[in-house]
Amino acid sequence: MSATTGNTTGNTTGHTAAAPRPRRHRIPPLVLFALGWVALMLAIALLAEWITPYSITALDLRSRLAPPVFLGGTWAHPLGTDELGRDVLSRLITSIRMSLLIAFGAAIIAAVLGVVLGFLAAHFRGLVEQAVLALVDFQAAMPFMILALSVLAFFGNSLLLFVALLGLHGWERYARIARGLAISAGAQGYAAAVKQLGASPWRVYARHVLPNIAATLIVSMTLAFPEIILLESGLSFLGLGVQPPQTSLGNMVGYGREYLTRAPWILLSPSTVIVLTTLSVSLLGDWLRDRLDPTLR
Amino acid sequence: MLRFLGLRLSRALLTLVLVVSFAFVVLRMSGDPALLIMSADAPPEAIAAFRRAWGLDDPLWVQYFRYFTAILHGDLGNSMRSGQSAINLVAERIPATLALTVPALLIKIGLGIPAGVYAALHRNSIIDRAVMLLAVAGFTVPSFVLGLLLVLLFAVQLGWLPSGGQDSWRHAILPIITMGFGGAAVLARFTRSAMLEVLGQPYMRTALAKGVPWRVAVRWHALPNAAIPTVTIVGFMIGSVLAGAVVVESVFSWPGVGRLLVVAVSNRDLAVVQCILLLVSATMIASNLMVDLLYGVLDPRLRAGAKGNA
Amino acid sequence: MTAPLLQAEGLVRRYHQRRGWLGHSVELRAVDGVSLTLEPGRTLGLVGESGCGKSTTGRMVLGLEAPDEGRVTFAGAPMPPPGSRPWRSLRARMQMVFQDPLGALDRRLTIGAQVAEPLTIHGLPDTPERVAELLRGVGLRPDQAARYPHELSGGQRQRAVLARALATDPALLVCDEPISALDVSIQAQVMNLLAEIQERRGVALLFISHDLRAVRQMSHRVAVMYLGRIVEEGEPDAVLHDPAHPYARALVSAIPDPARRGQRIVLQGDPPNPAARPAGCAFHPRCPVAGPRCAVDSPTLKLRPDGRRVACHVAQGEMAPGTGLAEPVRKAA
Repeated sequence: MSATTGNTTGNTTGHTAAAPRPRRHRIPPLVLFALGWVALMLAIALLAEWITPYSITALDLRSRLAPPVFLGGTWAHPLGTDELGRDVLSRLITSIRMSLLIAFGAAIIAAVLGVVLGFLAAHFRGLVEQAVLALVDFQAAMPFMILALSVLAFFGNSLLLFVALLGLHGWERYARIARGLAISAGAQGYAAAVKQLGASPWRVYARHVLPNIAATLIVSMTLAFPEIILLESGLSFLGLGVQPPQTSLGNMVGYGREYLTRAPWILLSPSTVIVLTTLSVSLLGDWLRDRLDPTLR
Repeated sequence: MLRFLGLRLSRALLTLVLVVSFAFVVLRMSGDPALLIMSADAPPEAIAAFRRAWGLDDPLWVQYFRYFTAILHGDLGNSMRSGQSAINLVAERIPATLALTVPALLIKIGLGIPAGVYAALHRNSIIDRAVMLLAVAGFTVPSFVLGLLLVLLFAVQLGWLPSGGQDSWRHAILPIITMGFGGAAVLARFTRSAMLEVLGQPYMRTALAKGVPWRVAVRWHALPNAAIPTVTIVGFMIGSVLAGAVVVESVFSWPGVGRLLVVAVSNRDLAVVQCILLLVSATMIASNLMVDLLYGVLDPRLRAGAKGNA
Repeated sequence: MTAPLLQAEGLVRRYHQRRGWLGHSVELRAVDGVSLTLEPGRTLGLVGESGCGKSTTGRMVLGLEAPDEGRVTFAGAPMPPPGSRPWRSLRARMQMVFQDPLGALDRRLTIGAQVAEPLTIHGLPDTPERVAELLRGVGLRPDQAARYPHELSGGQRQRAVLARALATDPALLVCDEPISALDVSIQAQVMNLLAEIQERRGVALLFISHDLRAVRQMSHRVAVMYLGRIVEEGEPDAVLHDPAHPYARALVSAIPDPARRGQRIVLQGDPPNPAARPAGCAFHPRCPVAGPRCAVDSPTLKLRPDGRRVACHVAQGEMAPGTGLAEPVRKAA
């Protein structure tokens, strides 16, 4: 956390202080591309309802397995159609929205869960801390894919449960960070000082500790985001994630796999989106980390 | 050293007990297995008979105790679908999975570590950049996409290799490459940063300032120190080998444990899922134990058992 | 004499230090029976080497840590347990000034917001005018309210910490090494400011420092600590010009002072370790005048005819000065 970010989160007092502007760095072209791509994906996700040319379930039986434009298809279906004549572009747009929604939801759940548990551990120490640490160790030692599969097997599948399940991914990292930083702030730093002013624990953590570690948390969230996208698409690819008629990027790849020989475009467009999105977000994350918090690795 | 070993072992056992209990709790929380298996409109007598047969009408602690002793005897129950012993079902799939994962692991280690070391020693060279680019690709291209692209290229377009199944060694080539590539990339990236960090350490500068030749300094000072974090990652890879197999085996219709898990999950065949869960945990715990012991060999400071908990 | 504002009786604080993973836990007595009294508007200086327990004493006096034995009475009422609601509201009456002002300030909030914070917490009017008044009171400009901690100098930060501590108009201020992180030229300014504030507001100070000259300048009374105990207490001129306890004598002789001739006393033996406390008088292994009795019999703090209290058999005149003990006698575990 550099002091130059002082005006991003903490300034709630209404003082229009002469806060130092962050030093300008030239943004590398790759990061620029990543920013552009992420912005595009966000725009697509937000505007999905208005920009999908067809309903994702609309069948066009006369043009089944139509190729995309660049393979000799028509502009009626720019990215082609599938076996049932459903428009690939429309399905892709809807899938992007679904996948991003799930990933955002899961990332936020993981961050909230991890930060709360980390603060609890830091505040109560003793047995609570040991319990949290044991959970962290357990979570870090188990391959998440396997845990996710067993939970899906045990509890069945619904969209809500699926998001909640992915929200369990990576919480242990936030918990570690939050605990460590809260303890060091409470030992001799500003948190101890505020506590002895008579502030309630709620005030200490919400107004002081959280804004101070926000930059670190945001960076770790950005670094975890691609992993969640990959997990979601992997599980959906296996047919264990998002269930039809709803669709997500992994779902589309899984469906397109059946038509690998006859209509590879069904699978190629969502694959490209997955790869470019994870690539962009992790480039952004690396860049943010280097700028905001080089201590994270 | 003996105490160190004993401590690690008891911790490993505790984790295993935790996993077993976790599986039991989740199993019971997930609803009535009788209704899940039999479908809700089955005749009540049939459901009652099912419950009796599986001991579902006993008190919970009796079930837990029975469950635990059964596991100690190596009995993990029968598949609720096929009625076969779950442990046999899983065991007969293990060789197929090993046939993919062991070569893949060799690729990861044999390619990833040297590539990472080389990239670190020749920082900013063309090779370094190529390695880093591949490493990023290995991280961002999910294995199912990579696998399908390989199928598209080598099986559909070129027709050199089969696209799926398990009839000859040629069927194993694409899945092994798919599995190995991602891991090799991650390992290369990690080894590179571990090496770079070690190369910047004061003891390296001291060694070079003393007049130790570069090669010797790398061989005797840098490599052993960079090995410590790298071993952790390798250990984690060995432990999570089955997790990677899940997707790849599904892509290539390879009849291994991973494929079995996916089928069992979609059928909600809990006995099989639980058996695989235990198998994975045991692998994970064993590889963690191995890493801990290797640490002891590599880093004498840890032998005293003074390792922090953070 | 006025009624004491703060009274601490027989404070003991133990820590348990574990050796290794399942090793034996070693008891460490950071503070071992400290009693002190502070009247309103007065200053008590607490001196000693680092690790002698003076900061822990300060924290217990403030109620930030509960003592294992003994009790603290503030304005006639016992100290509530740390973190409880009455404890929190008592914070308005007693405040702490820290050694590291940058660490004690939240670097994401402006100085003004942080000075206003205790007012908000304790439900007092937290208007910009009040904040400006507080800042002026410690010699800062009101426009510096909009600054962030890293934009101020070390001395200005300590002034800001002071303004925050004074916001609720406390009766007691515990200053834990308030000047040791500052430049020498700034130290005098901050000390003058503290003295001026005391005069103006009548706040009582517990001034903790290892700097004898600062303590002498600030204090009405001085207590010297060694290994968790007070070994000498009295008027600063008496204690710091003509110390009675051999340890205080050694401390004072270490101040470079051109006016005072005489030998500098160099202490022998191990530096004090609270985990391995010597039997008898804790100072005896390093004491130049220790006799056989000192290894067995721990001296208590007794009032001398000259008005100061000393914990030393020799200084109390109960024993002829010895020549030191070569082998320290360790307390059996």
